Amino acid sequence: MRIDADREVCTSAGMCALTDPGRFDQAEADGRVVVLDAEVPEGDPAALAAAERCPSGAITLR
Amino acid sequence: MSETEEPPFGMPYRRETRYDPPAALLELQDRPLRRIRYHPDGVEGWLATGHAESRRILADPRFVMGERFLHSPTDLPHVFVSISERVPPGFFLFFDPPEHTRLRRKVTGVFTVKRMKELEPRIADIVDGCIAGLRAAGPGADLVREFALPVPSLVICEMLGVPYADRDAFQRDSADMLDLARSVEDRNKSMAELYGYLAALVPAKRDHPGDDMLSALAADDDLHDTEAAGIALILLVAGHETTANMLGLGTFALLEHPGQLARLRAEPGLVPTAVEELLRYLTVPHNGVMRIAKEDVAIDDDVIRAGEHVTVVLQTANRDPERYERPSELDLGRDAHGHLAFGHGLHQCVGQQLARVEMRIAFAKLFAAFPDLRLAVPSEDIPMRVEMNVYGVHTLPVEW
Ligand code: HEM
Ligand code: SF4
Repeated sequence: MRIDADREVCTSAGMCALTDPGRFDQAEADGRVVVLDAEVPEGDPAALAAAERCPSGAITLR
Repeated sequence: MSETEEPPFGMPYRRETRYDPPAALLELQDRPLRRIRYHPDGVEGWLATGHAESRRILADPRFVMGERFLHSPTDLPHVFVSISERVPPGFFLFFDPPEHTRLRRKVTGVFTVKRMKELEPRIADIVDGCIAGLRAAGPGADLVREFALPVPSLVICEMLGVPYADRDAFQRDSADMLDLARSVEDRNKSMAELYGYLAALVPAKRDHPGDDMLSALAADDDLHDTEAAGIALILLVAGHETTANMLGLGTFALLEHPGQLARLRAEPGLVPTAVEELLRYLTVPHNGVMRIAKEDVAIDDDVIRAGEHVTVVLQTANRDPERYERPSELDLGRDAHGHLAFGHGLHQCVGQQLARVEMRIAFAKLFAAFPDLRLAVPSEDIPMRVEMNVYGVHTLPVEW
């Protein structure tokens, strides 16, 4: 799977960085999502949880 | 319910027990999105009590803050009704995109997971200081006054650069602006006073900047001074009221669930999970949050019409049996993630990562410092904040 994060939609809540810190970080300036590692194994639970918990729907996995 | 039946009037909010939502409100969950009539005029609107429905509405940009909330789900006008009558500039909770986005992004860089991690040692010092204060006040001391309120107040004052010495005035004004038993006019007077206090600090911060948020906001050319003050207002109010009540009510709940507390004491690694479960179980924003439909929106078989009010009841969403097994049980080991105590969608709490760190450190240190912490009065005598926007305890006398 590949992580796709929409920075226009991101509301900087930080749920992704809290849930899967190895793959998600937040920009210093405004806390918007930064994907550290976009390639994830199929069905990876941490990445799925991060996408599910994102309040703005900014994270998609495909 | 047949289509012709008249919808119930208002949302029940008087509780039978200390921790559970009112039984009559939970009963409405049989239809997790339903029409109700709003106060004071009986105008029809919507009430979302289920988890999936609440999440869906809050994530949908067609539900907005709009111009003004004119109707309230309860007879004591909802805080969204009072504040929206005179929203201060910059108070971004009540703005919609693109203004909301512009204002919110002025502060989100300060509240990232990473920045909060860096703040941990400072928060630990503040918590230690308040524990020393509680101990010095002696058995019988009020835990709210000595611990639950000062911890988040000190933290947010330091972050914003608001003098903590002024706390008596700002704690009073912010409590008054969220006191639902007061008239809308009186609440707005308190909000205006607090706003005026912060507005006066802004030019002073520009002349003598410090390493704090208010100085950064005052120096930002893209922000009017009136907006800088409004951003500071929402951070100051939201930054201490909610966390303070989670600490006060959370301590009370743990003391009344000795089995769960013993578990937490035995297994300090459980603290982060326990904090999420306390957020879910207690859901201190107990009156929920409101939105207005910008256009007609179809949700399953219902159509919410443009202009109609929707109240999203976070406290029942967090007790939804479709989402959580044994929802009325406090179980510190459960995976409570996905709870809506911080809301959902583009307004989801800006301060949530700060609140998490504050609660984790505060609960861990409090119960470590006082191995025999207990109530100093019968639990029935603890006054509950039923008529406040944020649920909790007014006072919590403890001994050890
Ligand atoms: C346990 C503590 C807290 C709880 C339960 C809580 C709850 C909430 C909820 C439910 C919302 C969403 C309101 C809505 O959608 O209409 C919200 C928004 C907000 N909270 Fe918190 N909060 C807490 C702590 C904090 C702290 C510590 C701060 C700041 C330092 C803060 C600042 C804000 C701000 C600025 C907003 C508005 C966000 C926006 O409109 O984009 N909160 N909070
Ligand atoms: S969880 Fe979603 S909204 Fe929050 S920072 Fe990550 S991508 Fe942005």
